[in-house]
Amino acid sequence: MIRQFGIDEFIFILLSARWTLVLTLIALSLGGVFGFVIALTRVSRFAPLRLLAGAWIGLVQGVPVLMLLFLSYFGLALAGLDLPPMIAAGISLSLYAGGFLGEIWRGAIQSVPHPQWEASAALALTRAQQYRYVILPQAVRIATPPTVGFVVQLVKNTAIVSIIGVVELARAGNLINNATFQPFKVFAVVALIYFCICWPISLLARRLERGMHAGRPG
Amino acid sequence: MPVVQVDQVHKRYGPLEVLKGVSMAVERGEVVAIIGRSGSGKSTLLRCLNGLEPIQSGRIEVAGHVLDASGRGLRALRKDVGIVFQSYNLFPHLRVAENIMLAPRVALGLSKRDARARAEATLAQVGLAEKIEAWPDNLSGGQQQRVAIARSLAMQPKVMLFDEVTSALDPELTGEVLATLEALARDGMTMLLVTHEMAFARRVAHRTIFMHQGLLHEEGPSEALFGAPRTLELRQFLAGGLK
Repeated sequence: MIRQFGIDEFIFILLSARWTLVLTLIALSLGGVFGFVIALTRVSRFAPLRLLAGAWIGLVQGVPVLMLLFLSYFGLALAGLDLPPMIAAGISLSLYAGGFLGEIWRGAIQSVPHPQWEASAALALTRAQQYRYVILPQAVRIATPPTVGFVVQLVKNTAIVSIIGVVELARAGNLINNATFQPFKVFAVVALIYFCICWPISLLARRLERGMHAGRPG
Repeated sequence: MPVVQVDQVHKRYGPLEVLKGVSMAVERGEVVAIIGRSGSGKSTLLRCLNGLEPIQSGRIEVAGHVLDASGRGLRALRKDVGIVFQSYNLFPHLRVAENIMLAPRVALGLSKRDARARAEATLAQVGLAEKIEAWPDNLSGGQQQRVAIARSLAMQPKVMLFDEVTSALDPELTGEVLATLEALARDGMTMLLVTHEMAFARRVAHRTIFMHQGLLHEEGPSEALFGAPRTLELRQFLAGGLK
């Protein structure tokens, strides 16, 4: 039985976009925590930690997100850990986001000029106080535009988890298409919804970037 | 009892020996200028005094804190020793007031009100009381450097180090910074200045040290040292180096 693409189908797709958003938020918050730890480890004074974090970033950036997904879904299942698709999806996207955010933030921390370290050290601040009051506030300003830019990539990359059966936006489109055989209509709607999520974020990133150059600290 | 005591300090960058056994002493309230060609080790010596550069051997004692090759006790020393850099190095994300209040608050544990009082007092001292809410970027180079001096003074250091603090400034802005330094000297602050301002060193410093090739080559009361240099190297330096 072939269904027509009507309002019900549209609403089904639209509602499934919430899982795209949920996955993005999970990946952003968990990945943000990973990324922060990785960034600090990458600029640590202890070489073994630096190397370890560097290797981890190399791994995450050098492997397709799909492989991270398969590893956490099928791989862990073989090891006896049977994760629900949603959890496996959340984990793999968080690992992916953590790797990239960690590298973005490492770059931001390192682009704070070295004299800022010297000046704050000379004022008897501890290393932790230097980070908290002098280095990180400046790094955050530098890191904001590329971080927001990365969120756009993240939203689009959540589509990959449709492969293990999580019904988010892309998978919902697929299901409706299978029932209606109106791929053009269906995927145009799906694409439009992605666009409506991503475009405002891109605009924000661009505005932040302009603001960074023209703006005043504060 | 000298407030700065340096004994046989050696400092290397890889194979390059920058300080080849420097010894000197500075008394409380003394103003000492350190002059010499670039590469003579004068800035390095200054930066060793508050541990920004670790030393390989020798001993440095400043305001009762001992610095050796181990690098222990650095923070305690830095609470008593201020340094001002050539490039000001204000914190660009903080207003003038917060630039000055930060270290007294987090390193000395002062209350916000006490730290604010110190910011107001030290800014008045450098003649910039009205700039307390300004952003560093909106100040001239000379003003930024005076804020940097105020920021160091707010820690109420026993010794102040000045590392070519006018070298990055336009000629018409050096005057205001030098006047600030001179006022500090008059107030009895113990000061070590690495400087290229020979006329200023001669007039304000009680004593001047000429460094040459990583060693303390000649030293003496400023008037005598500039008026009647004893060594050939200093005579050559003064002949070529006077701007």
